[in-house]
Amino acid sequence: MPEPTAVHPDDMGYVPHAAGFVANEGPKLVSSRFPYEDSYTLECALATGAYTGLRAALGRTPDDVHTEVRDATLLGRGGAGFPAGVKWGFCPEGVWPRYLVANGDESEPGTYKDRLLMERDPHQLIEGCLIACYALGLSQCFLYVRGEMALAQERLAAALNDAYAAGYVGRNICDTDFSVDITLHWGAGAYIVGEETALIESLEGNRGMPRLKPPYFPAAIGLYGKPTIVNNVETLANLPWILEHGAVAYRGLGSEASPGTRLFAVSGHVVRPGVYEVEQGVTTYRDLIYGLNFCRGIRDGNDLKAFIPGGASAPWFFEEQLDLPLEARDVGAAGSMLGSGAIVVMDHTTDAVKACLRVVRFFARESCGKCSPCREGTSWEEKILERILDGHGRPSDLDLLLDIGDNISPGPYPVAAHGAAALDAVPFPPRQTTICPLGPSSVAPITSALRRFRSEFEAKITRRDGIPVQSAPVADGAPA
Amino acid sequence: MSYFTEANARTAAEVIARYPRPRSAVIPLLHLAQEQEGWVTRDAMVEIADLTGVTPAEVLGTGSFYEMFRFHPVGRYLVNVCTNISCQLLGGEELLHHVEESLGVHAGGTTDDGMFTVEEVECVAACTEAPCFTVNYRYFHRADSDTFDAVVADLYAGRSPLARGAQGDHGNLPAHGTLGRLRQHIPDDRRAGVVPPEEAGEEPVWLRTTPATAPSAATSTTRAPDA
Repeated sequence: MPEPTAVHPDDMGYVPHAAGFVANEGPKLVSSRFPYEDSYTLECALATGAYTGLRAALGRTPDDVHTEVRDATLLGRGGAGFPAGVKWGFCPEGVWPRYLVANGDESEPGTYKDRLLMERDPHQLIEGCLIACYALGLSQCFLYVRGEMALAQERLAAALNDAYAAGYVGRNICDTDFSVDITLHWGAGAYIVGEETALIESLEGNRGMPRLKPPYFPAAIGLYGKPTIVNNVETLANLPWILEHGAVAYRGLGSEASPGTRLFAVSGHVVRPGVYEVEQGVTTYRDLIYGLNFCRGIRDGNDLKAFIPGGASAPWFFEEQLDLPLEARDVGAAGSMLGSGAIVVMDHTTDAVKACLRVVRFFARESCGKCSPCREGTSWEEKILERILDGHGRPSDLDLLLDIGDNISPGPYPVAAHGAAALDAVPFPPRQTTICPLGPSSVAPITSALRRFRSEFEAKITRRDGIPVQSAPVADGAPA
Repeated sequence: MSYFTEANARTAAEVIARYPRPRSAVIPLLHLAQEQEGWVTRDAMVEIADLTGVTPAEVLGTGSFYEMFRFHPVGRYLVNVCTNISCQLLGGEELLHHVEESLGVHAGGTTDDGMFTVEEVECVAACTEAPCFTVNYRYFHRADSDTFDAVVADLYAGRSPLARGAQGDHGNLPAHGTLGRLRQHIPDDRRAGVVPPEEAGEEPVWLRTTPATAPSAATSTTRAPDA
């Protein structure tokens, strides 16, 4: 077995075989195996403590294991940040069988962590799935991997085959009476399938359209109408560490409201973009974007224009929010979300209208078409932004954009609690006229960009006589 | 006559057996059909309907929702160029333009020799490695026009371009349709068995007899982490 690969200084800290991962200082709960070149093999995994957490769990009662996870306050890593231990508690009593679906359909723009976890450490994920199944009495686990991730499917298939042969999955796991099958399942290209009820529809062999709520959680009625726990890959990958080290140790990391670490993918105009495992709450956006241990600033010494703090669905942040800690509660209070841990940094050369259009186009393309406000609204938003960018915009278009947004996600919007941070009232968390948050997500980039950079939009809209339209300055959206 | 080859028919049976309801196997079987022929034919959909107990229209209804399934022939190599926000900021659109220019097709088109189909796609989860493209869903990170030209030259010369791609992915680049080059296989003597939803059973056995019986002590040795 090869030794962990030393990080070469010329690589700027990148681990050569784990594309984009930077092994910086700090506690590593889910990425500890990434520096090993053969981290995805059972041999390497066992030599570095894999399945220790599972053995610890099997030595305790399932209820005990559930309590440990609930006490750890493990927040879901898929985007909504709901505590996993609480979600687990929503399974109705006495209804059997129950199922587990591991959500590996990572497709939120800017997000790159679950693919790394599946490609680089499949045994950690398998172990996490087994711990959840044991704690809740789940009869079967479905590992739903995004269709486009061919290598992840391969690595997981190999890991499952090895784990079955070694007695870690299947019948009588580790010589106990705990038996569960893990079925590797993969999608075929649809962002919306990451929504948990759409994921279940897809797993049942249907078009991946979200189900009408209530029930709000498939823990009540899920796969085949039975109680189903849907957890994100990163959430499940934390379970082995929690079971091995305990909830107290887990809560010793990060902040009180958001314990533990998270994987953050920082992309865009930074010197050293990458995936970093960061202790929550103690690191700020400024640390992450400018810190020597992290992204080392904006390329070419440029100025920051804006950044997306938690995936394409999140309202944008600006310079004033740089000192917010990477912590769900604080980011939420400031009017956006930590979401899927995806941070996209834009420098001052960025065309705000173009960036806004690209994000909106994503939602227009990925709308499943079930709800009219989203199906029609997102494509109108796209068309209007396109004509503004092409120089055919009309003076009324900017208000029209906001009006369409209001139809998908009606106001009045919650005003950001951090008034001092000078952040405008961005529509988050959104109200919605749709079944799922995809449509409302398309409103976030428009509101963010339009309120902050309205003059850029106006400069692209010309009157018939070719003179750029200039409306009266808006009091609430003063540009920097 | 059956659509699937003998080996694929066996695989199909194995896949179906992993689900409590056969309909759940529709998407995996569409992938299998695409692997066999490079795209999903009408005959394939009829066969999948037969195997999973739904109508051919339902198979098409499900399949047409997902962009990876092709209901017309495509090139041997599917080139997906990401232009979503992280890639756009670092030149994804310029990369797509180069791909279109050098292959002489617009996004959505296939080259005359049937080698390449080009698509402009949404985020493929390699955002820190922007701009990026994939060929038959194998990643090429931090790519520029030279990377793409080298990959094309490799493929025309019959060489695998994977060494130029994402670190840690080696071996052959299969033709369009094949995703994983390796399948899950559950040996019969290790299978826990599916629990159909109709089986309004009782709680699983380990909830009744807990803790599960003392597991054997961990045999793993500890290896020093990061060098």
